[in-house]
Amino acid sequence: MILSLSKDAVQVLKEQDVVFLKNRVKEVAVKIKMGLVNQTRLLTAASELVRNMMRYANGGVCIIEVVSSGRNNGVRLTFSDQGPGIPDIDAAMRDGFSTGKSLGLGLPGTKRLVNEFNIKSKVGEGTVVTILKWANG
Amino acid sequence: MDKIPILRMGNFLLVTIQVDLYDRLALNLEADLVQMVNKTGAKGVLIDISAVSIVDSFMGRIIGNIASMSKILDAETVVVGMQPAVAITLIELGLPLKGVHTALDMEKGMDMLKSMIGFTGGDVEDQTDDDSIIE
Repeated sequence: MILSLSKDAVQVLKEQDVVFLKNRVKEVAVKIKMGLVNQTRLLTAASELVRNMMRYANGGVCIIEVVSSGRNNGVRLTFSDQGPGIPDIDAAMRDGFSTGKSLGLGLPGTKRLVNEFNIKSKVGEGTVVTILKWANG
Repeated sequence: MDKIPILRMGNFLLVTIQVDLYDRLALNLEADLVQMVNKTGAKGVLIDISAVSIVDSFMGRIIGNIASMSKILDAETVVVGMQPAVAITLIELGLPLKGVHTALDMEKGMDMLKSMIGFTGGDVEDQTDDDSIIE
């Protein structure tokens, strides 16, 4: 059972919002005493996802939650956009696949950095990516 | 608009990134640095990232680009001072930064650059330049 302890939504539409979002995520991670390496993993994952959102969907919303399960606390981030959607999620999750001009590491790399990774996308409607990183783990 | 300063020291260019990079800043740095290599004929570029707490795939790519671009302009690039957590994250992300020379700190990076370009005191003629940062 995962309980949500706090919830906070951040709109990301401009590049300055990205910096603000990263600071908020860091604050939350520090508050639940997440270790430095896990903080770095979480922030890097957030950085990848927020870039995708900016590049492919012109921005969206990120919901920052503190969650708890038993004695373990964690941070859950939900990135939702109303962009074009991803036609082939399996391909997008493969290393080296990109429809843009990037390295194609964003999604598969992000998945490796977090504990839980969930992606839902509908062409023409948008994409929702949820990641969860436990403070210890 | 933030700008990352590029210092010239003899044959080398020094860049110390003291803020967390965001995309636009990293792109500007890439452009500025390649311009500077071309303008000054620098033989080496030293990038200190000890104050950078996050390097994601985009910024990793920019670092790789800077190294390759400098290389074809006849300058070597050494990245120094990477935080351990950043190294862990980069590898897990799948970005081993191949082709980028790294060193633990500024001093070791400087030694590395000197040995790579076969340091023979070849910067003597540069001493007359008044925009030289030291000596």
